[in-house]
Amino acid sequence: MFRNVAELVHLAESKNIKIAQVMIEQEMEVKEKTREEILSLMGQNLDVMERAVEKGLTGVHSFSGLTGGDAVLLQKYIQKGQFLTGEIILDAVSKAVATNEVNAAMGTICATPTAGSAGVVPGTLFALKNKLNPSREQMIEFLFTAGAFGFVVANNASISGAAGGCQAEVGSAAGMAAASIVEMAGGTPKQSAEAMAITLKNMLGLVCDPVAGLVEVPCVKRNAMGASNAMIAADMALAGITSRIPCDEVIDAMYKIGQNMPTALKETAQGGLAATPTGKELQEKIFGVSLNKNN
Amino acid sequence: MKFKSVFDIIGPVMIGPSSSHTAGAARIGKVARSLFGRQPKWITISFYGSFANTYKGHGTDVAIIGGILDFDTFDERIKSSLGIAHQLGINVTFREEEAVTDHPNTARVKVGDDAGELELVGISIGGGKIEITELNGFELKLSGNHPAILIAHNDKFGAIASVSNLLAKHQINIGHMEVSRKEKGKLALMTIEVDQNIDQSVLDDLSLLPNILQVTKIVD
Repeated sequence: MFRNVAELVHLAESKNIKIAQVMIEQEMEVKEKTREEILSLMGQNLDVMERAVEKGLTGVHSFSGLTGGDAVLLQKYIQKGQFLTGEIILDAVSKAVATNEVNAAMGTICATPTAGSAGVVPGTLFALKNKLNPSREQMIEFLFTAGAFGFVVANNASISGAAGGCQAEVGSAAGMAAASIVEMAGGTPKQSAEAMAITLKNMLGLVCDPVAGLVEVPCVKRNAMGASNAMIAADMALAGITSRIPCDEVIDAMYKIGQNMPTALKETAQGGLAATPTGKELQEKIFGVSLNKNN
Repeated sequence: MKFKSVFDIIGPVMIGPSSSHTAGAARIGKVARSLFGRQPKWITISFYGSFANTYKGHGTDVAIIGGILDFDTFDERIKSSLGIAHQLGINVTFREEEAVTDHPNTARVKVGDDAGELELVGISIGGGKIEITELNGFELKLSGNHPAILIAHNDKFGAIASVSNLLAKHQINIGHMEVSRKEKGKLALMTIEVDQNIDQSVLDDLSLLPNILQVTKIVD
């Protein structure tokens, strides 16, 4: 069983297999299941992700009214063809937003690694689908590679906003996505680790400050930025750029920053954007008119 | 290692919006339901830390009640669980506690009916994964790395031996085991971590042993 990214990369390199394969083999051992069974389980998660993206792209809105409809706006903007960055990045961003809008509306999603950060990995995956034409098995492998890196973060640091701030949620998701993008685009295991390191470095210190305690503002847009961050870092790693600080040390730094963060900035809705005048006003407005969902 | 499966990271499939606050809470509720073994008449939930601060917005309240109603993390009925509980005549109370706990996402669940009560403390450690840290006043020390079974039993001679014998018969290896009791001769609890996944048939066999009150699998 690999304990860190260095061991994960070493396992893949020494056996000359993909990181996805390392994760699949470990899972077969842990769950005492066949390769087909493990792939089929992940295939179900992939289906849930695809349905969430599709639903989000039709335009959904949350109960609070704070979020919704932005994924559609972005798709319309892409269709006009006047965008400044790139189509794949915007498509990834739109699909990440779509997923998180569904999540905010209490729709069905697959936590990747959490619900608040569920948009980044599928967002980038379904945008790449149009560019790289992966097989279904390759798309499933994408999720195992992301899972392998997330596994390391979860066991050595944290993937929970309440424990480690948003760097642990969207930061981890973005790093996981970057590593998978590299592998799907034909990069080496080492390049996947570099992409993860570059991404996570740029997410360090990110606070978890949900306005009114809802997984909406700023969560939905942070998934958008997580997705674009992952795409850029993947391109950088594929270009041969490396991280001066090794991936495992970045993960360790992330963990320690999370421990040092005040509780107000860890999903308590007491600090950051949640504590701004508008943040507080929104909280009063939403809960003043009762968010009692059983009515 | 706290997380041992890739599906702890990519998953669970769930109703939004927060894996810690919704899926984790639903799972804590479901463990309470499974340990209680039936639908309770009343439920009292105490939330601590981040749970106490943000449970309304996250739907932690509907999720944990959904779990106690035996709904899975992906069950659409979670959204309307408070209404369903009300229709079923279940009395539900929420408390926001100010005490600082070891983990920011902590919930204390008390459920009961005319025949009995159950109280447990669960923490939601991220990505929908949970740990149960206390059951009916018994402190639990589960690593979360291995499948675990909880066995409530009468503190009588032979109870522990019969359980370990039966596990041995099914070739199930015990990795860690704790036994505790409140008073000599009264209610006691075995917490057993094993190496292999345990089939329902083994749990059924265990529950038929003398002096065994309840058998529950706690970690998949």
